[in-house]
Amino acid sequence: MTDTVRSSAPTGRIMPARDLAQIAIFSALIAALGLAGPLNIGPVPITLQTLGVMLAGAILGPRKGTLAVLLFLVLTAVGLPLLAGARGGIGVFTVSPAAGYLYGWLLGAAVTGYLTARLLPKYPFWPALGATILGGIVAVYLVGIPVMALNLGLPLVTTIGLNLAFIPGDLIKVIVTVLVARQVHKAYPGLIALPKGRREVD
Amino acid sequence: MIGLYSPGTSLIHRAPTLLKLFLLSLCVVLIGSSPNPWIVSGAAAGVVLLFLAARVPVRAAAAQIAPILLILLVTVPIQGLLSGWTVAALMAGRLLVAVALATLFTMTTTVTAVLEAFQKLLRPFRRFIDTDRVGLLVALTIRCIPLVSDIVREVFEARTARGTRGSLLSIAVPVVVRSLYAADALGEALVARGLDD
Repeated sequence: MTDTVRSSAPTGRIMPARDLAQIAIFSALIAALGLAGPLNIGPVPITLQTLGVMLAGAILGPRKGTLAVLLFLVLTAVGLPLLAGARGGIGVFTVSPAAGYLYGWLLGAAVTGYLTARLLPKYPFWPALGATILGGIVAVYLVGIPVMALNLGLPLVTTIGLNLAFIPGDLIKVIVTVLVARQVHKAYPGLIALPKGRREVD
Repeated sequence: MIGLYSPGTSLIHRAPTLLKLFLLSLCVVLIGSSPNPWIVSGAAAGVVLLFLAARVPVRAAAAQIAPILLILLVTVPIQGLLSGWTVAALMAGRLLVAVALATLFTMTTTVTAVLEAFQKLLRPFRRFIDTDRVGLLVALTIRCIPLVSDIVREVFEARTARGTRGSLLSIAVPVVVRSLYAADALGEALVARGLDD
């Protein structure tokens, strides 16, 4: 009975169907990019899964972007082999050395989305690049590196050293994310609700 | 969508999910905090016995544990030099045992069972989380993975056909735009079925 009362009041809805669909599709996109395998740009193999995480924040914004990442992580945790290399299960979230990066992705999508929402509708290149570096690299490593040090029992400095090799690939992904987001936000305005007090200028 | 689950009828397959989850967390905590090499070796032997009892395919299990070995190949020498080989071996052993146990849990529990267990664990938070919508979202995403995989595959193929190698952008833009179109179509389909009413 309470169910019918609740569902007949659309004003109480937090998430319209359109948003739900975007969250599901981007969650699936992060999975699909992992299944696609690494892509060779010159001699460097690049795993596209983290590109999906950056895109989720930069294209869907903080709320929908973070939820898309969260949904992807839940599906992985319950045992779907969706992480790059067809891995999954609860092990990758707890005892695996790389477990922290997965939580970092959540923070990363939130930070990227939050900052991107403040740069729209103009989305200037350099500030956008800074925003995506802060979310897509700094925030992810901020959670990932301490967890790796903890799970492997290594000093923090050594762990940071081990991670430096991934920075160039990450920077390429950040640039791609910003360039894609620029085109998409121009062609598809309204994907991210602007912060209060700001209006779309056309 | 095929998960990591491998069907079976062993005691481990049939044990209640929440019990398995609880025992797994307990073992991981106990082994993780144990400074005694004998306990860790004993646990490793126990894990091998559990795998034998569950009769999960060796190859599939190895594929989940192999990435850890790669990481250990780099970190064990570093740790051995920094804090002694006993500590390094102990840490590697603990990690392998814990990862193997978690893999065993995932391989002997269906996705549906784990989702149900999660739902039970989330029950105290029901006031804040609309479980119906979460369920719908999970089902939608599982359905969308092959859809978006097809989009990614088609864009990769188009790129190969045009012979334009090297540009990540020439993949990312069409993939994102086509995904957003797919999301629009999906959203309309949900509205048409009365989701927003």
